Amino acid sequence: MLRETADALLTFTAVRKRFADGTVALAGVDLSVASGEFVSIVGPSGCGKTTLLRIAAGLSDPSDGAAQVHTKKIGYVFQDPTLLPWRTVQTNVELFAELRRLPRDERQRRANDAIRLVGLSDFAHHHPRALSGGMRMRVSLARSLTLEPELFLFDEPFGTLDDITRERLNDELLHLYFTQRFSALFVTHSVTEAVFMSTRVVVMSGRPGQMQGAFTVPFEYPRSPRLRFTEEFIHLAGEVSACLRGRSERQSPPPRSRRPAGETVRQ
Amino acid sequence: MSVDTDLTGPNEATAYGPAQATSRLVPSGRGRWLSFWGPPFAVFLAMLGVWYGVSYLLLSPRRRFLVPPPHDVIQVSFLDRYNLQELLEALWLSTRVALIGLAAAIVIGMFLAIAMSQARWIERSLYPYAVILETVPILALVPVFGLWFGFGFFSRVLVCIIIALFPIIANTLFGLQSVKQEHHDLFTLHDANRFTRLWKLQLPAALPSIFTGLRISAGLAVIGAIVGDFFFKQADPGIGILIDLYRARLQSEQMVAAIILSSLLGIVVFWFFGFVARRVVGSWHESAGGPGS
Repeated sequence: MLRETADALLTFTAVRKRFADGTVALAGVDLSVASGEFVSIVGPSGCGKTTLLRIAAGLSDPSDGAAQVHTKKIGYVFQDPTLLPWRTVQTNVELFAELRRLPRDERQRRANDAIRLVGLSDFAHHHPRALSGGMRMRVSLARSLTLEPELFLFDEPFGTLDDITRERLNDELLHLYFTQRFSALFVTHSVTEAVFMSTRVVVMSGRPGQMQGAFTVPFEYPRSPRLRFTEEFIHLAGEVSACLRGRSERQSPPPRSRRPAGETVRQ
Repeated sequence: MSVDTDLTGPNEATAYGPAQATSRLVPSGRGRWLSFWGPPFAVFLAMLGVWYGVSYLLLSPRRRFLVPPPHDVIQVSFLDRYNLQELLEALWLSTRVALIGLAAAIVIGMFLAIAMSQARWIERSLYPYAVILETVPILALVPVFGLWFGFGFFSRVLVCIIIALFPIIANTLFGLQSVKQEHHDLFTLHDANRFTRLWKLQLPAALPSIFTGLRISAGLAVIGAIVGDFFFKQADPGIGILIDLYRARLQSEQMVAAIILSSLLGIVVFWFFGFVARRVVGSWHESAGGPGS
């Protein structure tokens, strides 16, 4: 299951995590994220997905094993947008650059670019309370973009949003991935979201979390929202779901289907 | 196939959507003014009615001095130049005592709360004594302060500090410690030092709580100034001394006027902090628009 690559940005080797109360969250996780990869992790609640991300970000240490991050340019997007309510969109987006002590002109330029990228230029001087949930999440994304991260860590960023906003933000994030060329480790509960976004989907078992399966996603980028309704997509999502439920159906052949015009499959 | 790049399309709610939808339901101009000021003014009129009722219906003319009617209070206390000057001088002294005491309580209280927020051992060391300070009856401390420091301005201010300190400590500490873990994680991810975390995260996040504490303490500081007066009769008369003096002389019109002025002082200080809170945190925190602000 370990996908070792020469240009891995992030490598977990037999990572275990045991909390002070004795709970074992992770029981030997091997995983790597190569440069340019978009890896999604799906798994049941409490399987240690967030713990894994926190270890990658340096917010928590593994009890055993090693987590190696080969870049300092990391973006972390939480489930909650974690905006500071007393700051406007503009100053929220400037925050990370401010903490990194970039000159004022530089951080303003980066913030302006990031806000434009996520389509919120008209709301730059609004406070977060005036924004919808989806807009707040975009601000959170923009804030991380200012540091031009090579590796993005996403902790169920769209988990609290309604389905329509969620799908829309999936499309937007994929567009950013396609244009900004970062790598990503993306934690989600949604199999559909994982398959739609990723180059690879990793399935974790229930607590204590272990790797249970990995699926290479063969669809080319950029991906159209209509991809979700193709038979190949539905079949692959079904396989991931089956693995998640513990019944490996990975050997079953995909159904024969007509590929929509313009779609190609990367083998 | 291209990815949809229209990032602000119709699926996303705009910031102004709900406000536009409800704008027709909100009364404007005179209607809004009436709906805002009408109810409290009606209560004021009702209170005046009760006051007059007690003076003229419940009390005989011989006993009317116990609750003098409002117009007598105004005539004797506020329209008589000598009496008014006496009241205003006392009020000014009490105001200075309350404001200096409050300012000192703010500085000391915030300093202690910030120190406690930085390390658990500091909190464990200091907080119990802050609670003790709060629970010791202020009336028991006032004579002791008089004995130690004399019955001058300093002792009066000290009483105000003691009485106003705890709400500032408790509310500031609560605010500083209520910052979400995810926000702390953000700052940890970017190697923020303790001072940056305090200045850019904890203090702004604590502002709504701090203002709640300030409003409570502002009222208490005024009470402290007046309560202290009852024990500092040797010194220049504050409004509290006057209240006691008028009570002893049965000058009930002036006594009521002194009580009204004391209340007004409390209201003005309370309102001032509500106003500042609205200006500072009103744009991002709903508590600033709450009752009494």
